[in-house]
Amino acid sequence: MTERELPLWEVFIRSRTGLNHRHVGSLHAADAAMAMQNARDLYCRRQEGVSIWVVESGLIHASDPSDKESLFDPAEDKIYRHPTFYDVPDGVENI
Amino acid sequence: MYTQGLDQSDTRTPGPEEEAQLVQAFQARIDAEEKIEPRDWMPDAYRRTLVRQISQHAHSEIVGMLPEGNWITRAPSLKRKAILLAKVQDEAGHGLYLYSAAETLGTSRQQMVDQLLSGKAKYSSIFNYPTLNWADIGAIGWLVDGAAIMNQIPLCRCSYGPYSRAMVRVCKEESFHQRQGYEIMTVMARGTDAQRRMAQDALERWWWPSLMMFGPSDSDSAHTAQSMRWKIKRFTNDELRQKFVDVTVPQGHFLGLEFPDPELKLDEQTGHWNFGPIDWSEFKQVLEGNGPCNAERMRARQTAHQEGAWVRQALLAHAEKHEDIR
Repeated sequence: MTERELPLWEVFIRSRTGLNHRHVGSLHAADAAMAMQNARDLYCRRQEGVSIWVVESGLIHASDPSDKESLFDPAEDKIYRHPTFYDVPDGVENI
Repeated sequence: MYTQGLDQSDTRTPGPEEEAQLVQAFQARIDAEEKIEPRDWMPDAYRRTLVRQISQHAHSEIVGMLPEGNWITRAPSLKRKAILLAKVQDEAGHGLYLYSAAETLGTSRQQMVDQLLSGKAKYSSIFNYPTLNWADIGAIGWLVDGAAIMNQIPLCRCSYGPYSRAMVRVCKEESFHQRQGYEIMTVMARGTDAQRRMAQDALERWWWPSLMMFGPSDSDSAHTAQSMRWKIKRFTNDELRQKFVDVTVPQGHFLGLEFPDPELKLDEQTGHWNFGPIDWSEFKQVLEGNGPCNAERMRARQTAHQEGAWVRQALLAHAEKHEDIR
């Protein structure tokens, strides 16, 4: 009999308050409670976090690597979106 | 780790001309020290090499729990027991990080586990040696984990993103493993005559198998050149082995222990420790399944997997029953 594999989950940890949750890895679990328990055992053995998110991997929609140019290149020539684009005359302060 | 296909994957097959261009662009990214991520195009051989290497590495972590697990109930003090438990738990964690990294390449964990249990996949030869007494736990931490760290640190810079990230995590956790082993050796080497003899005996039994952990000599290593071009490997087996010998020999001498190698000698000119020839026939025998504990290790993994089957089934049944409250 081939066994059904436990679903895959992605794990996000907030390392301390004030910071974002950050993706740290994945694991297999039958349900959310087990995913949470396993995330704690697998990714928080050394006080790595204060909060855990788990989400089933299949529920994440990811951008296609072949769309990289069309998604991200248009920002490349819009240097006027950065403050360093602008000249500020000498002597002007606090801007 | 770091998610595979998620909701979609690139299923088209390129023609030969397009493939050649893709290969060239791929190598250019590697040469520029860019990381390759799971959904990027990669040559089949790169994918296969990584799956083989990462899954072998994962299996080694899992099987590696057995020789040390042998001593958890017999650790000489509560402190040593707590430390050994934490270490073995780390090895389980490392195995899981690595299985996840390999899964991003499109091979399921179940496939990998099946390959281990059927004997198709390999794991590090070192775990087929027995742990006869407590000093062996010291020698394993000091030498086996020391050799593993030497191998793993360059893997933190491996070209495949998920593998390199897993290795960063593993290396961070692994350094306590080596130190606790050296501490055990220190206590025994400075203890009673009987303890010193145990430490010396453990070093004698684990030294050569530890050197074999780096794999065959460069001249006999089938995969080294290509793996280095792909920046999966950064140093050859012989380079890493020499580094290990150079850092480890003074640590042993510090404890007043003697290495079981009459040819071990410091080359004043190069600063390297020269060592005697490795018995590759022993290495080959162990790899082929004829080491002292190969059969026992496989049996232990197979039994654990079979006896855990009902738990996995129950977990899924429970999850299905309560799907509505997820």
